[in-house]
Amino acid sequence: MSISEATIDSMIKDLPLPSNTLKIFKDDVIKAGVSKREMEEIIERIMEEYDVSCIEPCDAVGVVAAQSIGEPGTQMTMRTFHYAGVAEINVTLGLPRLIEIVDARKIPSTPMMTIALSKENPEDYAYDREKTRALAWEIEATKIDHIADVTTDLSQMKLIIDLHEKAMEGRNINIEQVKERFNEELNVSVTISPDIDNQIVISPAEPSYRELLQLAKSIHNVTLKGIEGIKRVVVRKEGEEYTLYTEGSALREVFQFEGVDKTRTSTNNINEIYEVLGVEAARNSIIKEATDTLREQGLTVDIRHIMLVSDLMTCDGEVKQIGRHGISGEKASVFARAAFEVTVNHLLDAGMRGDIDKLEGVTENIIVGQPIRMGTGDVHLISRRKEEIEAAEESERL
Amino acid sequence: MTKFSLLDHELVPKHEIMLEGELKSVLGKFSIEKEQLPKIKVQDPVCKEIGAAIGDVVKITRKSQTAGEADYYRLVIE
Repeated sequence: MSISEATIDSMIKDLPLPSNTLKIFKDDVIKAGVSKREMEEIIERIMEEYDVSCIEPCDAVGVVAAQSIGEPGTQMTMRTFHYAGVAEINVTLGLPRLIEIVDARKIPSTPMMTIALSKENPEDYAYDREKTRALAWEIEATKIDHIADVTTDLSQMKLIIDLHEKAMEGRNINIEQVKERFNEELNVSVTISPDIDNQIVISPAEPSYRELLQLAKSIHNVTLKGIEGIKRVVVRKEGEEYTLYTEGSALREVFQFEGVDKTRTSTNNINEIYEVLGVEAARNSIIKEATDTLREQGLTVDIRHIMLVSDLMTCDGEVKQIGRHGISGEKASVFARAAFEVTVNHLLDAGMRGDIDKLEGVTENIIVGQPIRMGTGDVHLISRRKEEIEAAEESERL
Repeated sequence: MTKFSLLDHELVPKHEIMLEGELKSVLGKFSIEKEQLPKIKVQDPVCKEIGAAIGDVVKITRKSQTAGEADYYRLVIE
């Protein structure tokens, strides 16, 4: 006779198991239909199994993680600059990307954003191609090259900008706005040419060749519209939804736009996630980026190893790199730091400061040839001398 | 634009400030001091959002791919 769901619940609710395991367990038990006696036996066996599969105290998890990520890492492509399936946007992949992640670079070599669009009602951005397209132009940085030809008139000491009407229309920008932007950004006189359509004339503050040439260069850097640094926006339809992919990343700015689903929009720039969304989001992002990079190369690394790495990188409330300037560089022991990189500098500095190494870690004990405090090396036999026991008994009696 | 909560973002797990009693039982369970917990900065966007002050402990309920749900604790530091 099988037992009811309520009984199962009450039997498993106090077990010290992760919720995933409990859920699978419960579903299976309900499917199979077991009796109370069987249930008790199953629980006993599961607890035994769980104890066996737990990591043991004093186990060197860090070394295991390092090997488990490092070994597949040797099979990764050394140089990859791929089109990552996402509409012709360049994304660094393979080993360079993995190195970038664990080094916690401030800016990745190919920053990229995935902008999800709001989809609360059927007319919302995510289902509307026109709206999405328009939003894409709002976000993409428009420079003068995109909408005009620039000619330098040396005899008249001025720059002549011929705007293309079609291009302007597409990007939803007009001649007044262009003039406005140049006025704001550059200290020059900007005039809309009265006789010729769609022409702007810019002359430098003081008429010299140097100024003019400088100006000719600097107008190319003015962002007329959109977000600085977003070089390109690509619209893609995934299932029912339109999604934007951008070359370049500016999470905080993108959040200001209407129609952007702020809960699902994300970037591959981990440092930016840390600044905008906090350290826990950065941790999740490290895990996601690292697993994606490995999976894309056809390598499977257990997620627990990557979780350990990302926990270590974020445990001090900020994203720290694994390396000389991060985790390894902040170790308390002089020997441990010297064993990693720039040995002489560390030893010299420590010598000048008169640092003391307490030989508590693994590396330093290996260097001096002592048993390390890991595995069986961390187990100590504590015994009391006969006199001590007698003294304790004596005091108890009193 | 409607103000959105950072906690709604899919990358941000649930953060909450711990009460004194709950904190004590957690520290007792692991037999550690508060200072041995992982840290979170007070300027962290999420800390600002939930109004955590220096010295508070934030309980984070992570969605974990391996365990389903996992609790994590961070001490708020400067």
